[in-house]
Amino acid sequence: MSAAALELTEVSFSYAKRQVLKDVTFTLSPGEFCVLLGINGAGKTTLFSLITRLFVCRGGEISIYGHNLRQQTLKALGQLGVVFQQPTLDLDLSLLQNLRYHCALQGLNAHDQEKGMQAALVAIGLGDRANDKVRQLSGGQRRRVELVRALLHQPRLLLADEPTVGLDIHSRQAILQQVRERCSQDGIGVLWATHLVDEVEPGDRLVILHDGKVMAQGSAAQIMEASGAENVKQAFNRLTQGVET
Amino acid sequence: MTLLQYLRCLIGILAREALRFLHQRERFFGALVRPLVWLFIFAAGFRSVLGVSIIPPYETYILYEEYIVPGLAAMILLFSGMQSSLSMVYDREMGSMRMLMVSPFPRWYLLFCKLIAGSLVSIAQVYLFLFIAWFWEVEPPMVGYLMVFPALLLSGLMLGALGLLLSSAIKQLENFAGVMNFVIFPMFFASSALYPLWRIKDSSVLLYEICRFNPFTHAVELIRFSLYGEINWIALSAVVGCLLLFMAGALYGYDPARGLMTRKQGG
Repeated sequence: MSAAALELTEVSFSYAKRQVLKDVTFTLSPGEFCVLLGINGAGKTTLFSLITRLFVCRGGEISIYGHNLRQQTLKALGQLGVVFQQPTLDLDLSLLQNLRYHCALQGLNAHDQEKGMQAALVAIGLGDRANDKVRQLSGGQRRRVELVRALLHQPRLLLADEPTVGLDIHSRQAILQQVRERCSQDGIGVLWATHLVDEVEPGDRLVILHDGKVMAQGSAAQIMEASGAENVKQAFNRLTQGVET
Repeated sequence: MTLLQYLRCLIGILAREALRFLHQRERFFGALVRPLVWLFIFAAGFRSVLGVSIIPPYETYILYEEYIVPGLAAMILLFSGMQSSLSMVYDREMGSMRMLMVSPFPRWYLLFCKLIAGSLVSIAQVYLFLFIAWFWEVEPPMVGYLMVFPALLLSGLMLGALGLLLSSAIKQLENFAGVMNFVIFPMFFASSALYPLWRIKDSSVLLYEICRFNPFTHAVELIRFSLYGEINWIALSAVVGCLLLFMAGALYGYDPARGLMTRKQGG
């Protein structure tokens, strides 16, 4: 049996005395699109910081494709592509320069990747902007470049922390579609954190995080059925507030 | 990860720093204005007031301009080291630091690459400053221009590591100016950059002792001696020792298991 793309076992975390994650446990399989749904402050970003080892997990265990993050840190990180909630492109560098820098940080030969970079930029409609500075792009375009960058080194697990926040509906749809295609075509696992319930599709795996705890997990359809809700929004509200809208 | 991949990572970080420098030419030349003002105006004004006796590595009486050039070269490294630590705080607040930190290379290596990249940019500034000073009749021997390179690199790394250590402890960008005032100016003025230590001893033994233990004094002396083709072994040992100490502190600060970053973020 192949290793899970991501496995979290009883992960807990505190900032000083304030506990923000409590015994978070869930598994994500390769090729699975998993939505981590929670309101702002639910602990999603902290969880991402733990998985990317910006913070160290003091309670519980995290494994990425069988590599324990504590013991095999570099192997585990080598499987990851990440889109952070905060934009992380260098605004004064061109799109290509940003992508080349990313290749270097992954130990790849940027020269060998040049065709792939161009093709990826063409695929998101930015082929003719490759040498423009990132500063000249719109918010949605920047996000799509971040996504291209996160997938450039062929990661086996993509982490995306609220990548569509602040974008218009078309940009959101385009980004979601781009990720779903890569997920189904290349079989990469995707952990997609969001507070936007309309980004969840019935077939998606769903983990509802509230106040640092996993309130429910399973397919979106299963969770709706179990909570007796007609849609994801209703299920989410019932599970997190006990209030029907 | 293979050795080649480590090399690619280093080259990538160096290339990014070089590109940033090309895009911020104003900053590059702006950083030269400060030492040139000291050289052209301050040194000229104080030439007659601050006489300098014959002290190693000089073999004859020298003009005050000649005395302060190594100190001003070290000043460029000091300000540049602090500037790069400021950019680390900025990068951290803006998020681009995260890209570096999630790279599958050891964290110590990534931070060391950042330090080397920052130091090389500031060394380019120092060489331009020395070139201009040559026209001001500060003319060290040609071999000095070669020998000073490792001295500048070590000093730049040491001051950069100090900046890195500070950046790991600084909570927000707004706090940076205050911390810098407590670091840059005391380090610069309580050193042998502007006046020889024997002159300070005449005024205050306590201040003399403070200057003697100031790592910046040793950076200045290492640069001064190497610029005149000599090696000051005490200064070299002190600079290397401080580099290791500050680097260890910076690694502690940026270590996700023990460092200071975890304590100051929320969400």
